[in-house]
Amino acid sequence: MSPKHDATLKERTTRWMQERYPLDKVTGFAEKKQVPLYHGTIWYYFGGVTLFLFLIQVVTGILLLFYYRTGADQAYESVRFLMTEVQFGWLIRSIHSWSANLMVFAAFVHMFSVYFTRAYRKPREFTWVTGMLLLLLALAFGFSGYLLPWNQLAFFATKVGTDIVGVVPVAGDFMLNLLRGGPNVTGATLSRFFGFHIALFPGIFTIILAVHLLFVQVQGMSHPLGAEEQAPDKTMPFFPNFVLRDLLLWLIVLNVLALLAVFFPWELGQKADPFTSAPAGIRPEWYFMFMFQTLKFLPAHILALEGEVVGVAGFGIAGLLWILVPFLDRKSEKGRKSRKLTYIGLVIVIYIIVMTIIGYVLS
Amino acid sequence: MKIKLLAVSIVMSVGLLFSFARGQTGQAPNTCVDCHTMLGAPYDSIVTAQQSDIHGTNDINCVDCHGGDPTSMDPDQAMSAQAGFIGKPDHEEITQLCAKCHSDASYMGDFDPSLPVDQLAKYKTSVHGQRLAQGDAKVAECASCHGAHGIQSVKDPRAAVYPLNVAYTCNKCHGDPEYMAGYNIPTDQFQEYQQSVHGIAVLENKDLGAPTCNDCHGNHGATPPGVTSISQVCGTCHALNQQLFQGSVHESVFDMMDMPECETCHGNHEVKPVSDAMLGTGVRSVCMNCHAEGDEGYETAARMSAAIDSLSTAYDSAQVMIQTASAKDMPVEDLQFNLRKVRQDLIQTRTMIHSFELSRVRDEKKTGYQAAADIIRQAKSLVREYYYRRTGFGIFTLIITLLAVLLYLKIRQIERKQQRE
Repeated sequence: MSPKHDATLKERTTRWMQERYPLDKVTGFAEKKQVPLYHGTIWYYFGGVTLFLFLIQVVTGILLLFYYRTGADQAYESVRFLMTEVQFGWLIRSIHSWSANLMVFAAFVHMFSVYFTRAYRKPREFTWVTGMLLLLLALAFGFSGYLLPWNQLAFFATKVGTDIVGVVPVAGDFMLNLLRGGPNVTGATLSRFFGFHIALFPGIFTIILAVHLLFVQVQGMSHPLGAEEQAPDKTMPFFPNFVLRDLLLWLIVLNVLALLAVFFPWELGQKADPFTSAPAGIRPEWYFMFMFQTLKFLPAHILALEGEVVGVAGFGIAGLLWILVPFLDRKSEKGRKSRKLTYIGLVIVIYIIVMTIIGYVLS
Repeated sequence: MKIKLLAVSIVMSVGLLFSFARGQTGQAPNTCVDCHTMLGAPYDSIVTAQQSDIHGTNDINCVDCHGGDPTSMDPDQAMSAQAGFIGKPDHEEITQLCAKCHSDASYMGDFDPSLPVDQLAKYKTSVHGQRLAQGDAKVAECASCHGAHGIQSVKDPRAAVYPLNVAYTCNKCHGDPEYMAGYNIPTDQFQEYQQSVHGIAVLENKDLGAPTCNDCHGNHGATPPGVTSISQVCGTCHALNQQLFQGSVHESVFDMMDMPECETCHGNHEVKPVSDAMLGTGVRSVCMNCHAEGDEGYETAARMSAAIDSLSTAYDSAQVMIQTASAKDMPVEDLQFNLRKVRQDLIQTRTMIHSFELSRVRDEKKTGYQAAADIIRQAKSLVREYYYRRTGFGIFTLIITLLAVLLYLKIRQIERKQQRE
């Protein structure tokens, strides 16, 4: 028998691939890659969890697309049909909604862990910037997807949410019309949001995600602050150790997701009716609540400006500074942690939590 | 005498002053208003009432009903017979006085072309009108219901003839035993009406669509409906019931026995909310007022009652099943929509009773019963689906947990191997 026939199927497949593609370079890279092992290693997993939830979004989103029909006269009916008549339709929609929320939550945890460990410092400034862009897109995904079932709560929440865009000085009206497809939230708004949600955002998101992951793979995991000069004490191989652990966590997340989807199925509510008064309990999704509540607390006028304008401008400037943090933080580059930035981060986390709780308690 | 002269002089002087003022503003003088205003209570109340009523606001003044010369400053001249002054019209004269304008179609057309002009003609056919013609001074004429000064449109909630006020207006005379003595008719209609399904709707719920006295008895042509015409009266609103009754075996029998149609079972002023207990052979059944065990009517009543009961029970069961599924957070909107259809079928089956034909009642019941059975089946399926989902989750989570455990063991195995190396 020739040696060719002695080889196992796996070996033969690998050889076949190797003859065509430089597989050894990829596996060699993965084998050499090390993940620092220290008390903060747990935070490395949240990027992977966010990615996993995004993949679930893509899969369930495509399945939802098989039945979803856009338009003010069909959207609600198609979702209701999906939930009542289609086998496992309720489950797919419920998973899509829960996964979206968990994804935003995981992304927030990932972002703050990167912030507090200063993982954004040189040379990973653009990993942070692309990550921030991904988070903003995730929020935009959430905002646009919320309207798609065309129910009462979503309709009025979108009305309030887009009203806020309208207060932006100079460009406010233009942006409002651009978002709504007219001065009011109508079927035209629904069509736009549908387009944003299933074509525009996924396209941009995929490109930025690819760049983000490429940066992570090329530069490797960030080491704890100050440990770069010398090799970290303990590490584990990225493959298979870290990847398998990632996989283990994904299974746990999948279990939690299934539990939430089955025991707390996402409700559909009443069909949107623009001619009725806004129902009680209108509120945005939880991740917008701290901003929404802040705007509600602001007085009608601050100095000569409208309170809402000041609020929106404030969040805009704060967001911009937050994105630019890697370029503003000079200490971390030198291996030192800025206490001031830690305190600022803590204040922001506490502020978001407190305002979110207040928002829910008051509504 | 001196004091009286003084008073008249003062009134005249002030009247002159008013005339002067009005002359300046170009308005026609109205010494009726001037004097009655200056004389104070009780003479001035008719002025304020008239000025804000439907006549006053349409520039129809004292002189148009009472005659006289409102331009004269001299009371004797102003209220002289030569000037056509008639003073307070007699009870018998009032209908003719009002009809002077209200029966004139071309004149009334200037104010409200939709207003009928046959009130007097109808009134003459009414019990009120006929008695008045016989010289009965106690019966109602126009002013008794509409008032004299301060008359408001029937659409005005302040009017005594506004639908929500009619029962009280009629009751002023018809509920007074002393006033009605001699007419030999009951005086407790209002008390009965007040407790009836119609009275509650009008007086408590302010439902303008529900009937009050004039909707059944007529207004200007008010008369008690005859025994054979009662279904026509009730049929004004309950058209289907009327149609069914008129095609039923009961119509001719009731007429023959001189039994008032709808009233025999439902009453007249005291019409109570209907219930399924009115049908069948129970103690509260109205069928048993005429029928007895052994006759055909008894059997039919029992079977019709059974048909209604079974549909009603099916409706209740469907409702309970929907609630059970809803409590489990299952989507029941479609079922709730279908349940409304069953409720409609139940109402229609109850209505079909008025045909007194068992086959028609059963046919009507069949549709609703089938729909209720479908709802029950679908709701049960939703409840099963609820448990199916939980079982499915249990199996899924078991598999995933097992996979997770295996993966964990694999990781440990790999890491131990790595440590050994």
